[in-house]
Amino acid sequence: MRNTFVLFKRELSAYFTTPVAYVFICIFLLMCGILTFYLGGFYDRGEASLGASFFQYHPILYILLIPAISMRLWAEERKQGTIELLMTLPVTLPQLVLSKFLAAWAFAGIALALTFPLWVTVNYLGDPDNGVIAASYLASWLMAGGYLAMGACVSATTKNQVVAFVLSVILCLLFLITGVPAVGDLLGAVIPSDTLVDAIRSFSFLSHFDSISRGVIDVRDLVFFASLIGVFLFMNAIAIELKKAE
Amino acid sequence: MGAMIEIQNLEKRFGDITAVAGVSFNVERGEVLGFLGPNGAGKSTTMKMLTGFLHPSGGTAIVGGHDITADPLAAKRLLGYLPEGAPLYPDMTPESFLLFIAQIRGFSGAEARRRVEDVVGKVSLQGVLRQPIDTLSKGYKRRVGLAQAILHDPQVLVLDEPTDGLDPNQKHEVRALIRSMAKDKVIILSTHILEEVEALCTRVIIIARGKLVVDCKPSELAARSRWHNAVRIDVEREDAPRVHRALGELPASSVEELEAPNGCVSYLVSTRDRRPILNEISQRAQNEKWKLDGLHVEHGRLDEVFRDLTTAKS
Ligand SMILES: Nc1ncnc2c1ncn2[C@@H]1O[C@H](COP(=O)(O)OP(=O)(O)OP(=O)(O)O)[C@@H](O)[C@H]1O
Ligand SMILES: [Mg+2]
Repeated sequence: MRNTFVLFKRELSAYFTTPVAYVFICIFLLMCGILTFYLGGFYDRGEASLGASFFQYHPILYILLIPAISMRLWAEERKQGTIELLMTLPVTLPQLVLSKFLAAWAFAGIALALTFPLWVTVNYLGDPDNGVIAASYLASWLMAGGYLAMGACVSATTKNQVVAFVLSVILCLLFLITGVPAVGDLLGAVIPSDTLVDAIRSFSFLSHFDSISRGVIDVRDLVFFASLIGVFLFMNAIAIELKKAE
Repeated sequence: MGAMIEIQNLEKRFGDITAVAGVSFNVERGEVLGFLGPNGAGKSTTMKMLTGFLHPSGGTAIVGGHDITADPLAAKRLLGYLPEGAPLYPDMTPESFLLFIAQIRGFSGAEARRRVEDVVGKVSLQGVLRQPIDTLSKGYKRRVGLAQAILHDPQVLVLDEPTDGLDPNQKHEVRALIRSMAKDKVIILSTHILEEVEALCTRVIIIARGKLVVDCKPSELAARSRWHNAVRIDVEREDAPRVHRALGELPASSVEELEAPNGCVSYLVSTRDRRPILNEISQRAQNEKWKLDGLHVEHGRLDEVFRDLTTAKS
């Protein structure tokens, strides 16, 4: 526990010792702004909510931004050789995997939290359902965690950050588009078994994200994200054991 | 209780490559073990298994009674390790990095800071504490790596080429540091500098192609040299033919002419069984009044022993 915390602290502060973190946060906020005010038509809607104008774009936004965070997690460590240093310290592999993931997730959380002026704005302009907004923030952060766990796992398989980025984007995209209705229909046409199609669809982030951000916090959605993160972190640990020597 | 480090039949294969092919040895407290071998011999791979980074393909390493695969945490607590090339986090400063290491080694607050201060003094890092590691010179990076390894005053210190990239002064200081820590520790270091082994180590192991070829004292290593107890004799040029003839008459010896600078001729006289022959030569020289410039006993040439041992059997 203490070890995990020490590792977590180092990881998280490492984000802020380079300009990369600040650049990332700026880009994230800028994109959020552009999407919300231009594409989302925040003012034109005339309604005091963030769902349609702001949170709706997060699944797409994260496809590019989250792999940008996760690509370096292990790839950089292996490239620099610091993984040898890390893995000969008196810490366990689960502690390493968990601390890296948690630090990245916390960083994503900080970036997300910095969008609070929007929340303030809708409250100033109207009378939104703050419960729904809070649930949407939670949904967004959980989804970021899911993407991060995938990205971390991919990052453990390569020394090349660009490769890690591209593969993570593809993987994240797969977990997203199966929930898009058109893709669902296409799958239905190709795959004869309805139960299989439903199973594939249920793995999409989209439906789980949507249902939480509607303000209904269903245990099944929470379990979905938690187990997805768990599975990918487990594979992350295995990937490191297999690949660390190279 | 056995030796501090027991390495039993350690093996490592990477696909078809056998990097380490069954190496066994024990190391006791107080020993400074020099690890020699040509490039690719398997030194670093052995160290990586000993420190728990790589899983052995066969055999095991036991550190202070703890098997490195069965109980890695307990073994790793006893270990300090400087990996090859001293990998470090480039964006951190030596100060924040060493503080991180102190915390992960279980120290906190004032004790952690005291440890860092202490170790910073030992490897003279004072001037660069707040500078990103990225911007440090190679030698300073190596010192940060060394500081990290000794911070918790480990019982077992494993150093992969610790003096690589250091200037002569720093080499000297690092050797002095290692010597000062040697008393109650086990220190294993790899190096390509043969003199370092003579200057520092109480024992030397040479591995070649993943196999242990020699395990002895540095002085014994020199004694294996063809030139051990050979005598180098410098004579003035006018006297050379006479001396050469006389040397040829010595029993069971061979005489080799060496390149000599400034107007004299040098011969290297050795016997086949490496028996001391200084007395015979000096007696003869006195009796016959040779015009000598110098007379030296060779202790043996490590580089030549090294070459013989690591290239002979293939
Ligand atoms: N991850 C790896 N995958 C494949 N082969 C490897 C790997 N690591 C080491 N080897 C091989 O194992 C052998 C031993 O390598 P090792 O690094 O232990 O040598 P070394 O004695 O430390 O050499 P040097 O003096 O150059 O540091 C080499 O042939 C090397 O190519
Ligand atoms: Mg090596």
